[in-house]
Amino acid sequence: MNKLRRQLLAGPYLVWIIGFILLPVFMILYYALTNSAGDFTLANVLAIAEPIHRKALLLSLQLAFLCTLVCLVLSYPLAMILSTLRKNHQNLIVFIFILPMWMNFMLRILAWKLLLSNNGVINTILGVFGLPSLDILNTPTAVVFCMVYDFLPFMILPIYNAMARIGQDVIEAARDLGAGSVTVFFKIILPLSLSGVISGIIMVFVPALTSFAISDLLGGGKVLLIGNVIEQSFMQEYNWNLGSGLSLVLMVFVLVSMALMGSHDPEGGGAGVW
Amino acid sequence: MIKRLLTLAAGTLFAAALCGCGGGSDENKLTVLNYGKYLDPKAIELFEEETGIQVEYEEYITPENMYTKYKAGSIDYDLICTSDYMIEKLIGEGETLQIDFDAIPNRSNLDPTYFDFSKSFDPNNQYTMPYFFGTVGILYDKNKVDEADMHSWDCLWNEKYKGQIIMADSVRDSFMAALKYKGYSLNTTDEAQLLEAQEILIQQKPLVYSYLVDEAQDEMIAENAAFALVYSGEAGYAIEMNDNLAYCVPDEGSNMWIDSWFLPKTCKHKENAEKFLDFLCREEIARMNFEYVYYATPNQALVESLEPELQENTTIFPPKEVLDNCEILKSLDETATAKYNELWKEIKSTD
Repeated sequence: MNKLRRQLLAGPYLVWIIGFILLPVFMILYYALTNSAGDFTLANVLAIAEPIHRKALLLSLQLAFLCTLVCLVLSYPLAMILSTLRKNHQNLIVFIFILPMWMNFMLRILAWKLLLSNNGVINTILGVFGLPSLDILNTPTAVVFCMVYDFLPFMILPIYNAMARIGQDVIEAARDLGAGSVTVFFKIILPLSLSGVISGIIMVFVPALTSFAISDLLGGGKVLLIGNVIEQSFMQEYNWNLGSGLSLVLMVFVLVSMALMGSHDPEGGGAGVW
Repeated sequence: MIKRLLTLAAGTLFAAALCGCGGGSDENKLTVLNYGKYLDPKAIELFEEETGIQVEYEEYITPENMYTKYKAGSIDYDLICTSDYMIEKLIGEGETLQIDFDAIPNRSNLDPTYFDFSKSFDPNNQYTMPYFFGTVGILYDKNKVDEADMHSWDCLWNEKYKGQIIMADSVRDSFMAALKYKGYSLNTTDEAQLLEAQEILIQQKPLVYSYLVDEAQDEMIAENAAFALVYSGEAGYAIEMNDNLAYCVPDEGSNMWIDSWFLPKTCKHKENAEKFLDFLCREEIARMNFEYVYYATPNQALVESLEPELQENTTIFPPKEVLDNCEILKSLDETATAKYNELWKEIKSTD
């Protein structure tokens, strides 16, 4: 009886999963594997091999990879420094990093657009000092830049969490046994923070790979990512079948990257921060 | 069959989740779908007060978005406003109902010329009532360009303005400029002409600052670019905000567009919809909407009562000789649409 009641509590979650995750995925599958007349076809999925789509996918992978790398390089040392600070200082700095996330994602992108535009704040300031203007708006550089800005907290937090979990006693024990700083880093800190790094990589790589809003607003319509191609086939071309087919391919890429990362996760427990 | 079942299942779930926003059709309601910022909200309030009809008002961005929204079928719209070529497509698909113009006495305020223009997409004037119209042209910054350059589409390919040009992020508008520049019809389906247009659009890409739709006017107001391909209505708004801007339609000709109201097949409150159309044709209501939107209105009674200065504003009201030089976009069949989309995607993905 008690058990049944407890299971009932999962009811709303179950409805949510079925209605808003499973059903849409099945609809995507259905549209992806049929043509506009409703007959079975693989053409929508194979369309990824067309030069335009392949190019967009490659560019997406390239930018997502670059964004993840930059995030990692920025976050890892920061998380390390952070975990050595006093507790209340740690909380303050983490708070500062989370603060921008309280503001709408779109507004933050638009803010960058204003900052970077020809007559924007940054170029005006550069102009005052007689420096050459920064023409990165409407290029892939601006897109990567904003992706890093938007997704950085997703990299910092899991790494910081993993670092904070490393007991000071473990490190002291290593030092007692004669390990130098370099050895401590490679033998203790790095392996123990790896789960955080891996979830950080997934949490940055996946949204970076599938994003279309950033490239739409900061790419000036000149940076065509696979996300934009999918969005256009739904909204502009009314070709839901093609859009679904390409989404399916993208989903495969996402799943493969997660599986690859997951297989290296020692505790299988990066999931804790999701 | 599976498609229908899936849609049905999804529909039911959504309906259950959203907890019966539907309701019966006998209520005194009217569901309207319109472009964003295209009707003064005060006019809707007035209409509700006067008739007791409750108006559900929704907005969309591009005609393609509207089509997607309408076809998704989750809401039964009673009245929709959209552009010429999209209405032609919907009429072709049998998605429109005939308007009973006898129920719209104020229709006599509209200039019959625009019903004649509408014949290009609604041959017997059965299905549509014009709302606003205008042209597509170039909005430029007088301080940044040589005004003489702006009278030909040639300016879009002028190296002088490298990195200062805003193009339209829309297939038909961008192709329109290229096709008109080459002297072809903007409704061409001739492959050689389309390829030629594509080639010059690819050549143009290094000169382009960005491809935009609605934000083009904001970028021009902020003086981030030298000129932009825009709709006359946006140009009117931008010039209002920044005196350095001006608008012109190149001599090679351009696109004239008409946005009209139509009754979709899902219409459940036809009488209410016709009452609303009649209300919109009233001079004082047309004035409210004109002052809100600032596009050219086909309402002759209103135009005659405007200050002469406004009547002569060629940005808002295109002169007759400009309109005669323009073409209205025609709806393309599926193969031609696919061809345009494919060529456009190739342009967009070129480095």
